[in-house]
Amino acid sequence: MNFLLMTVVVAFRVLARNRMRSALTMLGIIIGVGAVIAMVSIGEGAKAAVQAQIASFGTNVITILPGFTTVSGVRSGHGGVVTLTVVDIEELKKIPGVTYAGWARRDATQVVHENKNWFTTVNGVPSSYLIIRNWSIADGDFFTQNDLDTAAKVVLLGKTVVDSLFESGEDPVGTTIRMKNMPFKVVGTLASKGYDLMGTDQDDVVFIPFSTAERKVMGTRFLGAIGAGFLSAESPEQMDGIVEEVRRVLRQRHKLRPDKDDDFTVRNQIDIAKVQEGTSESMKLLLLAVASISLLVGGIGIMNILLVSVTERTREIGIRMAVGAKRRHILLQFLVEAVVLSAMGGLIGVGLGVAGAKAASNLAGWPTIISGDILVIAFGFSALVGIFFGLYPANKASQLNPIEALRYE
Amino acid sequence: MSLIVCQDLVKTYYLGEMDVHALRGVSLSIEAGEFVAVMGASGSGKSTLMNILGCLDIPTSGAYVLEGTDVSTLGENRLAEIRNSKIGFVFQNFNLIPRTTALENVQLPLFYRGIPAHEQKALALRALERVGLADRQRHHPAQLSGGQQQRVAIARALVTNPSIILADEPTGNLDSQSSKEIMDVLTRLNGEGITIILVTHEADIARYARRTILMKDGMILADRDAGGVAVARAVPLEARA
Repeated sequence: MNFLLMTVVVAFRVLARNRMRSALTMLGIIIGVGAVIAMVSIGEGAKAAVQAQIASFGTNVITILPGFTTVSGVRSGHGGVVTLTVVDIEELKKIPGVTYAGWARRDATQVVHENKNWFTTVNGVPSSYLIIRNWSIADGDFFTQNDLDTAAKVVLLGKTVVDSLFESGEDPVGTTIRMKNMPFKVVGTLASKGYDLMGTDQDDVVFIPFSTAERKVMGTRFLGAIGAGFLSAESPEQMDGIVEEVRRVLRQRHKLRPDKDDDFTVRNQIDIAKVQEGTSESMKLLLLAVASISLLVGGIGIMNILLVSVTERTREIGIRMAVGAKRRHILLQFLVEAVVLSAMGGLIGVGLGVAGAKAASNLAGWPTIISGDILVIAFGFSALVGIFFGLYPANKASQLNPIEALRYE
Repeated sequence: MSLIVCQDLVKTYYLGEMDVHALRGVSLSIEAGEFVAVMGASGSGKSTLMNILGCLDIPTSGAYVLEGTDVSTLGENRLAEIRNSKIGFVFQNFNLIPRTTALENVQLPLFYRGIPAHEQKALALRALERVGLADRQRHHPAQLSGGQQQRVAIARALVTNPSIILADEPTGNLDSQSSKEIMDVLTRLNGEGITIILVTHEADIARYARRTILMKDGMILADRDAGGVAVARAVPLEARA
């Protein structure tokens, strides 16, 4: 151990004799490790941001959209005909594994508060919708059952709407806003969810009781018609089964013949997440390939320089052997030099990578996550590269004949 | 018991189809405390003999007993240990490690003994003092004169307290003044009891030794004491120098 330590000290001294050369040799490893850490940190940050967006939609959510109809070849778009009703969704709640069932009708409208107004989306929803979609209250309270039963003119405001209608510091709860020329009492404000995967501001929204929307704000062509249905599943594993069951139940309820297409669309949140995960998986593989190549190139650089060094220092090797170095001492010395080079390169690379990731988040505003794991792995891998590529030159040095090495010019 | 006993040393190099007989049966014994010069033309086998005596090489056949141990059959690692503990080398071209201080050069054999660094330093400094270069310990070889470099090399040979110092043409690259200094150092060390075996082709350098072995064609031609009858045989040698 003592000897190993002294060998490390000697290796540093030897490498310091050729500072420029050592620095250039390390550069390959520095760039490789630095790039990997910066890219992984940025990648992890992006992944976490995407996951947060997915989670903001609610957990294990299945969305059911009413279908479109085709009249003389003209397709109407989702919701073009009334194909989905509250009764449908209440029926779907009976499917095993479904914890909540909710629905929404939406409309775009102007909201007014004193001298300010804002154009936003109004959603008529039951309480279960807010639970499924993971909305939480920032201030005030959700609708009461009484509000829902009596179609009360109460409203919950998203953060963007609050910011647009109220001065900062003003408390919206308890105030009255106007929508479609009707006064609505603000009963609560919602915690911010940020942007969704499509880049839509999820906070630019107001919620009113579904009954209020149907009877007083939007009107209806058909009682119980909804814009979208939402189910939440107990666990992600059940979602595929539930989706199948939803299709079966709805086809049956809508009396669709087997040769007819569905008049609704079922979307599984997990599918969206899977696509995202697939993207980040292939991103990871790509990073790994880049990292491997740069470390490989760095390793070859180290091997190259060490081979030169062995030739240059043939006499020194002979001297060391003459004064009592065993072959394994020589082997160890060159191996340690290789590892010191690569590990130092790795260390500097880790530093640069972390700095790069920090710069990316500070200057470009990208979210980055620097995990300790990747730092340790990248550093450890660079040391391994040193051992692997140092072995051949070190072995070559240790196999020199001392007599010939001493005479080498 | 003699320090060195060699019996019928034979060394043959097999170079392709041609066999080179570097040593053809060399027998000699050297007592502790002797100062021996080995002389001979190039190709006489004196370098091969030195390599074997220095445990850098092993004989093809024959026995080499060093301090009661037959080293001709030992493995590489044991030979390295013997070089480290019993033998000090001084070379014609000094063979110091470049860009490394005198002190670190002298420390080198101790490094392979694995003794603590501060002990290495203390011993190395004492060895430098013995060759009168304690004030040059921080100098690199390039900053030292040839004579000083060779004295550092002698300090390196001394530092392990060896039984033998093998000096291979130690003055070959030095001017006459420096040569005299080096030979004086070696003579003084011999006076302190260290056995010195000197390879040289210069008769006036060989004259510092008290015994001269003359080699030719891989065999010992003459082996004479400084004050012995062999003086007569020394005449042609001196004439050649």
